[in-house]
Amino acid sequence: MAESEQRNPVKRGPTILVGLALLFSIASSVPAASSDSGQHRTQGVVPTPRIEPARGGTCPESPAFMRRNHMDLLKHQRDDTLRVGDRRGQYSLKECISCHASQATNSVAANSSNFCQSCHAYAAVRIDCFECHATQPQVKP
Amino acid sequence: MLATPSLIMTAPMRQLSPDARSYYGLLGLLAVIALFGIGAVAYMEHHGHIVTGMNNQIVWGLPHVFAVFLVVAASGALNVASMASVFGKTELKPLAPLSGVLSLALLLGGLIVLLLDLGRPDRLIIAMTHFNFKSIFAWNIFLYSGFVGLVVAYLWTQMEVGMGRYTPMAGMAAFLWRMALTTGTGSIFGFLVARQAYDSALMAPLFVALSLSYGMAVFLLVLIVSCNADSRAIDDGLLSRMARLQVIFIAAALYFVLVYHLTNLYFTKHHGFERFLLLDGGIYTLIFWVGQILLGSVLPMLMLGTKDVGGRRSRLKWASALVILGGFAQMYVTIIGGQAYPLILFPGSQITSSFSDGVINLYSPSLPEWLLGLGGLSVTGLIIALTLKLLPVLPARLDEHAFRDTSLKRPENAS
Amino acid sequence: MTANRSSGHTQPAHERKGRRGFLGIAAAGVAGILLAPGVRLIEIAQAGQPKGGANPGVRWGMLIDSTACSSGCTDCVKACNTENGLTGGQSATDSQWIRKIEIKEVRTGKTQSLPVMCQHCAEPPCVDVCPTGASFKRADGIVLVDKHICIGCRYCMMACPYKARSFVHEPLTGQKPDVPRGKGTVEGCTMCVHRVDKGEMPACVLACKTAGHSAILFGDLNDPKSDIAKRVAQYASRQLREDLNLNTGVRYAGF
Repeated sequence: MAESEQRNPVKRGPTILVGLALLFSIASSVPAASSDSGQHRTQGVVPTPRIEPARGGTCPESPAFMRRNHMDLLKHQRDDTLRVGDRRGQYSLKECISCHASQATNSVAANSSNFCQSCHAYAAVRIDCFECHATQPQVKP
Repeated sequence: MLATPSLIMTAPMRQLSPDARSYYGLLGLLAVIALFGIGAVAYMEHHGHIVTGMNNQIVWGLPHVFAVFLVVAASGALNVASMASVFGKTELKPLAPLSGVLSLALLLGGLIVLLLDLGRPDRLIIAMTHFNFKSIFAWNIFLYSGFVGLVVAYLWTQMEVGMGRYTPMAGMAAFLWRMALTTGTGSIFGFLVARQAYDSALMAPLFVALSLSYGMAVFLLVLIVSCNADSRAIDDGLLSRMARLQVIFIAAALYFVLVYHLTNLYFTKHHGFERFLLLDGGIYTLIFWVGQILLGSVLPMLMLGTKDVGGRRSRLKWASALVILGGFAQMYVTIIGGQAYPLILFPGSQITSSFSDGVINLYSPSLPEWLLGLGGLSVTGLIIALTLKLLPVLPARLDEHAFRDTSLKRPENAS
Repeated sequence: MTANRSSGHTQPAHERKGRRGFLGIAAAGVAGILLAPGVRLIEIAQAGQPKGGANPGVRWGMLIDSTACSSGCTDCVKACNTENGLTGGQSATDSQWIRKIEIKEVRTGKTQSLPVMCQHCAEPPCVDVCPTGASFKRADGIVLVDKHICIGCRYCMMACPYKARSFVHEPLTGQKPDVPRGKGTVEGCTMCVHRVDKGEMPACVLACKTAGHSAILFGDLNDPKSDIAKRVAQYASRQLREDLNLNTGVRYAGF
């Protein structure tokens, strides 16, 4: 046995890494197991954000697709709308907001339970859009 | 065996070893100022530019004065190195590394101030990936970053063993690039057709001349102060020569200023602006005549014009400081004075509006702007202080024996 | 394909090819990264206008009759503020997309009044100087700021001969959904592009018309049948700072 240990010594670096990874994943499951703060649903080990339901109507794409791709859709559509002047696109930010604005605050980003902010707060990705864009639906005159 | 340039460069270079207390005191002071600068940036970013003195009439304020001065001085600080590598003054080669280091430090300090004054500094990546090549600003982004790369390469050829044979090539590239860079900086203003103060092809050569003057002043000041700190003797003859160059550079800058104003005075349409700047402009007139002309140009020329000025270190330091002060004054008058004078939409008419049309625009710099500008200066100072202490940038010997022309002699300390 | 010979030969060759191949791919990758921005620029430039985009055959313009414009009237300004969500404040840091200028000729004493906004030049200095290309001219002549890529350098504000642009100096909330505006970016008159694209006229034009002055006429300068094209062909009109030869879309009569 001593020989095989000499030929394949346990490498220190990778062992530490694996150990840390295990420790971290165990540790991060503890908050999930403990009582819910109210913000996150718990499904299994990893908590997920609670997203307010939309007001109605149909989203152009499925939630899974949107979750992955909404940033690309918005980014390409913004150039079409602004630089080309083509307003026919179906991924209009204004349309998103008109459906997804919270019933309570009438906004998609007023607090961290509103539609956009809920996921973005969860993922800790700052939203830049609403520096300029309105967070509330258009008031029909 | 003839001493080739690479052999001359083997004159031993040595780190600065200043008195510890004053050195760390200086570092501490610079670091504190830089921290205040960072704080000012955070404050400005959070609240918006409303906390500054800038507004819709004076859109570029004190931070730009600092930034443009630093960038212009940066390109000129490389002058000593260019003289050594490109113009054949090989006896100046030992000073070339200091010249390169100063150039980098000044440029980085200036760029930091410029970038942090943007309305959206978080969009730096966008600035580096979206380019409108008709804009001289876009070209300047390449010119500034390319300059950093070239000067680093140039310094490396000087300081790395065996790379000295590439120094002339690197030096030429850096020289040509810096001419383009300063032309680009001047053209930022020269390409503005709208404003009375700027629509002149003279802006580019004026800035080249200014760079020579400011860069030499900074170089002289840093050289004398750092050698004093380490008790390294400097050859008086060398300093006299540099002082003479400084006088020539100030004169060149004055020449362009003179031609600029004379031409403007010839154009009736520019009379209003000239009257404003030279007579009526209040603070701008004062800063122009007293700051830029008297203290920044005439007085240093008189101080440096005496014979054997190389031995009079105090006079050299004060003259350099005055040139630098005059440089800030000139940038203030150019950048802010140029915006203070209103746009002429209806020549021959008086106009009023809710948007400050037809009136001299008012500006007073706010504390965050001062802190940002000074913060950039202190970053420059920190880079210089740290580099001089940690790297062998200055020659061990700067006295008269070290600078005799050795092109036909064996170098004495060739190790 | 005898196993022994090929495996004997290709073992070292495979390694060589592997290293070379890697270097080749790496070089291609670096070249690609360097060239990619250029390719994207070309693709934007060459992308033909899809149907539904701004029509390059159209040149939107305005004709302002100064004689119909009365001193002290600010209907156009108020309408612009309401439409675009501007505060209407007049402090040095407040945005003003349009303002009334009262003119008095020094020699003769003649006074008049007219509104000045972004002139939507055909050769805009602001577009030339913008480092990121955020200031741009749409195919139909409307000059806009793309606030997605505006870095807030304010160079366009330095370059504009008409002082048409404003900088947003503080955080904003409650923007109009059709008119995004935000801190740290530059903005100016959009010729109400959100209305024009729906076939409506800019708010200032509508307000002036509704109030009965009709000092501002809006239309397609390229369409010989439009009112504005007919008027500029028939009556003298000029541009502000004509000497700069910027070919502005906003023209003035009566001064």
